[in-house]
Amino acid sequence: MSAVKQHKEPLLRIAKRDGIARSKAYAIRIVAVLLSLVVSGIFIFTVTKLNPLQVYEAMFDGAFGSNRRSWVTIRDAMMLLCIGVGLAPAFKMRFWNVGAEGQVLLGGIVTAGIMLTFGSALPTPALLVVMAAASLLAGCVWGVIPAIFKAVWNTNETLFTLMMNYVAIQLTSYCVALWENPFGSNTVGVINQQTKAGWFPAVFAQAYGLNVILVLALTVGMFLYLKYSKQGYEITVVGDSVNTARYAGINVKKVTIRTMAISGAICGLAGFIAVAGASRTISTSTAGGRGFTAIIVAWLAQFNTFVMILISLLLVFLQKGSIQIASQFNLNDYASSVITGIILFFILGSEFFINYRVIMRSGKEASK
Amino acid sequence: MKKFLATLLALTMVLGLAACGGKKTEAPAETPEKTEEPSAASDVKIGLICVHDVNSGYDAAHIEGLTAACEELGIDVNSQVVFKYNIPEDETCYDTAVDLAEEGCTIIFSDSYGHQSHMQQAASDYADVTFVSCTGDTAAPSGLANFKNIFPYTYESRYVSGVVAGMKLKELMDAGTVTDPYVGYVGAFPYAEVVCGYTAFLLGIQSVVADAHMDVTYTNSWYDPVAEGEAANALMSKGCVIIGQHADSTGAPSAVQAAQDAGTVAYSVGYNIDMLSVAPKAALTSAQNNWSVLYKATLEKFMAGEEIPTDYAAGYADSAVMISALGESCAAGTKEAVDAAWSGIKDGSLKVFDTSKFTCQSAENGSYQVDADGHVTSAFGLDTNGDFVADSGEAIVDGAFQESVLRSAPYFGLHINGITELN
Repeated sequence: MSAVKQHKEPLLRIAKRDGIARSKAYAIRIVAVLLSLVVSGIFIFTVTKLNPLQVYEAMFDGAFGSNRRSWVTIRDAMMLLCIGVGLAPAFKMRFWNVGAEGQVLLGGIVTAGIMLTFGSALPTPALLVVMAAASLLAGCVWGVIPAIFKAVWNTNETLFTLMMNYVAIQLTSYCVALWENPFGSNTVGVINQQTKAGWFPAVFAQAYGLNVILVLALTVGMFLYLKYSKQGYEITVVGDSVNTARYAGINVKKVTIRTMAISGAICGLAGFIAVAGASRTISTSTAGGRGFTAIIVAWLAQFNTFVMILISLLLVFLQKGSIQIASQFNLNDYASSVITGIILFFILGSEFFINYRVIMRSGKEASK
Repeated sequence: MKKFLATLLALTMVLGLAACGGKKTEAPAETPEKTEEPSAASDVKIGLICVHDVNSGYDAAHIEGLTAACEELGIDVNSQVVFKYNIPEDETCYDTAVDLAEEGCTIIFSDSYGHQSHMQQAASDYADVTFVSCTGDTAAPSGLANFKNIFPYTYESRYVSGVVAGMKLKELMDAGTVTDPYVGYVGAFPYAEVVCGYTAFLLGIQSVVADAHMDVTYTNSWYDPVAEGEAANALMSKGCVIIGQHADSTGAPSAVQAAQDAGTVAYSVGYNIDMLSVAPKAALTSAQNNWSVLYKATLEKFMAGEEIPTDYAAGYADSAVMISALGESCAAGTKEAVDAAWSGIKDGSLKVFDTSKFTCQSAENGSYQVDADGHVTSAFGLDTNGDFVADSGEAIVDGAFQESVLRSAPYFGLHINGITELN
């Protein structure tokens, strides 16, 4: 009467990998990048009838075509990296700080304010120290506020930090209106254009040398902090399991607030670098969405700050390249955005195949 | 949009990604420096930095203007002009300007006001390249010999587009459809450029319907189709019959067309481009700049090796401004009224900012004085730092405000009676 229902094995099954050899993981990533180039190539050819190789060459030219372009690419990559490094400890603690945008803006506001107010009163080295300290503090405050709420009242930090961004954007608009120059222009213009007071000095004859030094120092420092310090270990434990952390006698509230203070401060410093080291002005585009892009950087690198260097360079390369192809081939900006999107999609997608394996029906289990 | 995508992507990852280790270090890639061959003197290479791309009417007008000027001068657009699109008004503009200079461009234009201070920075770094900031105003105060500003007399075309709107308003009032001559205006920023534009627009309307009055809403963006559409809707719901605009998208005309289709009596006067394609029944006309005239004059001087004036402005007399084709909804007799206004502007008998045609409250900050009837008797020429001490010049000469004479960019900042700024 009752027949045993035969379950058909699905064509494809997905199983979590127990682990994967590092070489294999990288092989998957490289295949993903190559595939993404092939798919974008097909897109380029079908839509624009251009030779994809020429388009890729133009992208490379846009990012590294001249000494100056290379330095602009490096400068922007350093900016993204700095924010990514700032996000790393918070994310490692599973504290979803999506408020980097606001923390960067706050750092930028105080930097611009000090630059305007004390530009003629202090020598540039002193000015730089004051601005760096103030931006660290401003970013720190902006990061600690949601951390306290999370630690004490367990509020949702994703929403809280996100909302803090909008407050920061409004504050920036207010300051821009306050400091506008020329009057009525609604832009601050280049600050201290004549005196260059408070601008990053050239280091090793490179205008952006100091940006690189500062950010790379932070990158190394953060790597060591997360990997080898007691506080870094506490962050890892809290991130893996809050209960384990409590059991081990870690003060979770303290670690949460302390880690966000560090995270916010570094993002604030990124605002200082953006204003004093690159734009010499302040506007709502000073952060320019990089606070969000840096989340991708931090995640793709699995919070390894050295891998972040590579990811930031890749993202900035794609951005510079897309500007170049839009100009060179008279392509609509959206066409280059599609190419960027395809490449990112494949890179993100490759993480799936690193963490899971696909098993075909009736076939033997794919090798691990 | 990019920001939104980045956010979305980031959130997806926050929710969905599992951790996995991996270490890799790589030094930033270095490429050998490219050497550029110096260009011959006759061999002009031009750069144009655009704040948006051809989808924005304003940028389209610049791209077409420069292209037309080059064609007239025999410059090959494909090989001698480099267009850079979607360059934000921040250090990206400086990077782009410098990059163009290093690519061998000898004259570089930027089309948006906010590019100006970054262009100025590039000009001070590259003394042998000429930088022209269109619609900018700091070329003269900067004291740089290679930094220039150009601007058309847009207020003339705004006045004439106001005449078109006034004719329609009069027709509607004569027919009894409309009783209140209420005009709305979607402005971008509260700059003198915008104030000058909407004042000229209302004065054009008042030349036909003397008691017309206007409300202005700012979107705080040069290009924001959604915000412009919303602003137009808000103004129409307050009872505005004519919607003018000083913003670069088709948002407002589209909103007016939609409202008109739903039964509202409302008409649109656009800017930059012909709006008939998005608002075939609602659009009356658009105020337009013919940038090719300014580009051509500047490039001619540049190629001849003559000194380019620090400030260069031109108007209808030089064909630098115009209005687009009249829409089918325009009132009878509009064409004649428009022709009369143009010829008056051309021969000087019609002054747009004739002080006898408008009244003001006296300015508390002292930037202009009015007589007992509210007519302006004197006004600051230039006050670039906003300290309410005139830098140079008197703006009121021969009973009219002399716009774009002391410098190319507008400086008309008078708040005349009949105009209310809503935000």
